[in-house]
Amino acid sequence: MGDGHRYIPASDADREAMLRTIGVSSIDDLFASLPAALRLQAPLALGPALAEQDLWAHLEGRARENRLPTPGSQFLGGGAYRHHAPALVDHLIGRTEFYSSYTPYQPEISQGTLQAIFEYQTLICQLTELDISNASMYDGASALAEAILMAERTARAGRVVISDRLHPEYLQVCRTHLANLDIAIATFTARGDGTADPEAARRILRQTRTSALVVQHPNFFGCLEEVEALAAAAREAQAHLIVAVTEPVSLGLLKGPGSQGADVVAGEGHSFGVPLSFGGPFLGILAARQSFLRNLPGRLVGESRDVDGRRGYVLTLSTREQHIRREKATSNICTNEGLCALIASIFLAAAGKSGLRELAVHNHAKAAYARKALGAARGCSLPYGAPIFNEFTVRLPVTAEAAVAQLADRSLIPGIPLSRYFEGMDRDLLVCVTEMNARAEIDRLAEELGRLG
Amino acid sequence: MEPRSLREPERLLFELSRPGRRGFALPPLDVPEPGRFDLDPRYTRTSIEGFPELSEVEVVRHYTRLSRLNYAIDLGLYPLGSCTMKYNPKVHERIARLAGFADAHPQLPEAAAQGCLRLMHDLERALCAICGMDRFTLQPAAGAQGELAGIMMVRAYHRDRGNPRQVVLIPDSAHGTNPASAHIAGYRVEQIPSNQRGCVDLAVLRRRMADDVALLMLTNPNTLGVFEGEIQEIAGAVHAKGGLLYMDGANLNAFIGVARPGDMGVDLHHLNLHKTFSTPHGGGGPGAGPVGVKKHLEPYLPVPTVEQEGPKFVLNHDRPKSIGKVRSFFGNFGMFVRAFSYILALGPDGLRRMAETAVLNANYIRRRLQDTYHLPYSEPSLHEVVLTDHHLEETGVHTLDIAKRLMDYGFHPPTIYFPLIVKGALMIEPTESESREELDAFIEAMLRIDEEARRDPELVRTAPHTTPVRRLDEVGAARTPVLRWLPPR
Repeated sequence: MGDGHRYIPASDADREAMLRTIGVSSIDDLFASLPAALRLQAPLALGPALAEQDLWAHLEGRARENRLPTPGSQFLGGGAYRHHAPALVDHLIGRTEFYSSYTPYQPEISQGTLQAIFEYQTLICQLTELDISNASMYDGASALAEAILMAERTARAGRVVISDRLHPEYLQVCRTHLANLDIAIATFTARGDGTADPEAARRILRQTRTSALVVQHPNFFGCLEEVEALAAAAREAQAHLIVAVTEPVSLGLLKGPGSQGADVVAGEGHSFGVPLSFGGPFLGILAARQSFLRNLPGRLVGESRDVDGRRGYVLTLSTREQHIRREKATSNICTNEGLCALIASIFLAAAGKSGLRELAVHNHAKAAYARKALGAARGCSLPYGAPIFNEFTVRLPVTAEAAVAQLADRSLIPGIPLSRYFEGMDRDLLVCVTEMNARAEIDRLAEELGRLG
Repeated sequence: MEPRSLREPERLLFELSRPGRRGFALPPLDVPEPGRFDLDPRYTRTSIEGFPELSEVEVVRHYTRLSRLNYAIDLGLYPLGSCTMKYNPKVHERIARLAGFADAHPQLPEAAAQGCLRLMHDLERALCAICGMDRFTLQPAAGAQGELAGIMMVRAYHRDRGNPRQVVLIPDSAHGTNPASAHIAGYRVEQIPSNQRGCVDLAVLRRRMADDVALLMLTNPNTLGVFEGEIQEIAGAVHAKGGLLYMDGANLNAFIGVARPGDMGVDLHHLNLHKTFSTPHGGGGPGAGPVGVKKHLEPYLPVPTVEQEGPKFVLNHDRPKSIGKVRSFFGNFGMFVRAFSYILALGPDGLRRMAETAVLNANYIRRRLQDTYHLPYSEPSLHEVVLTDHHLEETGVHTLDIAKRLMDYGFHPPTIYFPLIVKGALMIEPTESESREELDAFIEAMLRIDEEARRDPELVRTAPHTTPVRRLDEVGAARTPVLRWLPPR
């Protein structure tokens, strides 16, 4: 029987030989710099090591404790979206040269990662219709917080104005990140059709100087915003317009916010093939106009040449970063979400020009169908009239929490009760429909909701 | 046409694209067809300009070829000091992909997500046991985000006592994210110089410590791989003036199972799950940066926390003193699954053996190279050792050249020019994943490079010679940045 652990090559004999080379008599001697009083006298209070088959059985059991209905009978969105990822995505990111590599500090032996990120940056620019993109951030919410900090660095007004139709968790994350930095947050309320009112934005922007106007498009309640009108309002006030995108599949059909006057897009990219994984790892997107180049946080990959004139890629403009400027750094971000950016790139490469558009059209067409069906269900109504992409709000005859609890018995998760985030919205349910929901499931949802009244 | 070799550079996706190709098909649309859009054209685009068009096989070949241009831990030693690149066990990848985990939507009703919640609860308990802390938040998405969350908790703690204080003290050997995080949390940063042993100078610290200091951020073992043996005295000096002690836990791999931060006077610290707990780092991320705290900081943890109520696990959002959220939902859950798998697979004895072997391997390299390469600090090393290029001064060969030449020998170079307090640093961290034979081969390569530097310095200065591309012009890339592909004009 061997005396090591399967993940640790050194045998007891190796250890002995190496200790002799080092010139000490025991492993404990190597820890002599730890004061004796600090050294543990007993093993850690953990269960014994598990062999692979026991580990597998244990965690498979844990995974089964989640009671997940089929993807088609879930209508959950709200910042995380169910989409089909082609098999090639998981196959390719499962290549160990990708997932078991580190940050590409040494470009000569990291061209795979570097080129993939350069392509990712290009794809994000094309989708958002903006000039530059970084190499990804942690998630959509923290990317938005970084976008606000970036706008603040260039405009220095000490205030941002945020639409109340922003994802409430994004707002919470921004509040956390801005809490200690003397940046005030003002919010303004939506108009009756469910969208941010450009006039209301204009009024609040006029009050005092503002670095950025922040809107989500499509917004948290599913409505499409009038980005051009909002951009005009921001421009008049010399504020940057930041558009948050939580569902990037929408960009297959909707105009890139950059072409509508947005200065920055901060979004969530997990829809492009990254598993839901209970909310993470996700993929923060951050793209901006060229003028933000030296203020863009996070990593960037640039094209270069080697000594023989061959094209290659390197991490670049890192003088903005923490490893050089330290306490003056643009942000404290160190890692990106390299593997998630790679997943998104592979997904987008496979979907391509026609596939992404079709995917977006399917999402929209099914959601439009569902909205009509649910709006017509007995006792249900549609509180907002604005156009939608793949998500919408429906008002139920009972509380949404009660509806969710009741339908769980039928293996149906109809959406997100908005009372989870907002007071006074007890009967409002946020419903998301994607390509994963077949028409029959949508019909069943309408039928079940119609029975609640 | 030139014959294609296996080292040929790979063209960009956009250059491979041909109109009309597709790699993706959807089932037929089962709801009413076009014409059906209620969308006004002012919202919609007709096409995504420049987007690639490729068949499935072309996509597979493109990324497979790109993968072959990368070095990876599964190919060999990756001795990036302070980055801790260790083997990523394969079964953990399969476990993380179980549908019950991978398909779990973060907005699921709690009753449907008990498996995820219980795993988060159990991982938190395990991290508390390993680190000697009272609670952990798993939410931060990376070590640096953990630092930021931790500093914000400290700020909230001090504010609660009537004064948020103004200053964070950070040793000059610290990771660059420490000062950046402190700055973004609204603090002024002051550096504490290291002493001749590369450690915090206790006398200097005692002189500086006053009631305007919110916390000291200490990396332990520090970035020289040296254990701050006076950590209890350091904690005492900080606490005496009402400050808190933060430990950067990036180097925890060095003493896990041997000692615990919570027993050292540390008030809070972050972990990097991808380092100590071996979740794959995927070419730069995702990471995960849980933060452990002692009881007095618990009220400030980000929302939500996971609590056990009888047989059920619930999310608690009702925490009035919480700093809020640092990212959406619950953090990088997929990384929690892998890290928890790692803890279960190793158990208490395996975790200790891991730290012991990591330290053994670093000391083995140190012993065998220290007579050739310059060892700037002679303090005992734990998991990593810092050498320099000082001994090669007259040859004109520098650290960067040594790093590049290592590639020709088939190794990823160590971390270079860090920590900043060491001129020409080569920071080597082998971890426990390496066999004696792999270490010997690396040592042999390092010794041969030293010989080459003396015999034929040009050979080393122009390395690498065998990589897919050779030295790249990084200065030019920064001077005229090209950050995206554009169609040829």
